[in-house]
Amino acid sequence: MDIMETIKQQITDNTVILYMKGAPNAPQCGFSQQASQAVMACGQRFAYVDVLSNPDIRANLPKYGNWPTFPQLWVKGELIGGCDIIMEMSQSGELKKVLDEASADEPSE
Amino acid sequence: MQPIEKAIRAKIATEFEPQHLEVINESYKHSVPPGSESHFKVVLVSPAFAGQRLVQRHQAVYAALREELDGPVHALALHTHTPEEWAHKQGDTPDSPNCLGGSKADPA
Repeated sequence: MDIMETIKQQITDNTVILYMKGAPNAPQCGFSQQASQAVMACGQRFAYVDVLSNPDIRANLPKYGNWPTFPQLWVKGELIGGCDIIMEMSQSGELKKVLDEASADEPSE
Repeated sequence: MQPIEKAIRAKIATEFEPQHLEVINESYKHSVPPGSESHFKVVLVSPAFAGQRLVQRHQAVYAALREELDGPVHALALHTHTPEEWAHKQGDTPDSPNCLGGSKADPA
């Protein structure tokens, strides 16, 4: 599959998806660490992709989302933002609200 | 002032006419050679951000600095505010995190 198609499928198939360096339990970058901790603290299920082990996605997602750096948080197919935005929304309580609402809309399996 | 920092300042000044601008080279906190210009923190206060969501503000800054981000700049911590928001925050911006070594894997 074309890499852009793969990215599109990932962000549409996963209600909440975090693209980061490393994994939430073993982050490889301070910005990805802060972002994944803030998302985990909200208590909802989320998918993640380690862009260090997926170089194609690392190279192409910035073009897809018009966003050059990682981490990137996508909710319901829309880019929420990177580390600074995630942290700001986490402190204001908005992040939990957005993630709670997104999970409530998720079709139950 | 080193060349990349100078270019970042000039481009932001032209594009956003900031009321307040801080461009801080944080590269020393990361696993890059001394004197690098790879990691920056930018605090930018501009009336141009009124009515824009954070994601739109950051995309506007990324677009203005596309050349630098395609080149040597590897990380850009952004704190974007309108003058009203800035007055409310009283100049308080969070510290950027320290390196965990991931960029050692980078060719750049």
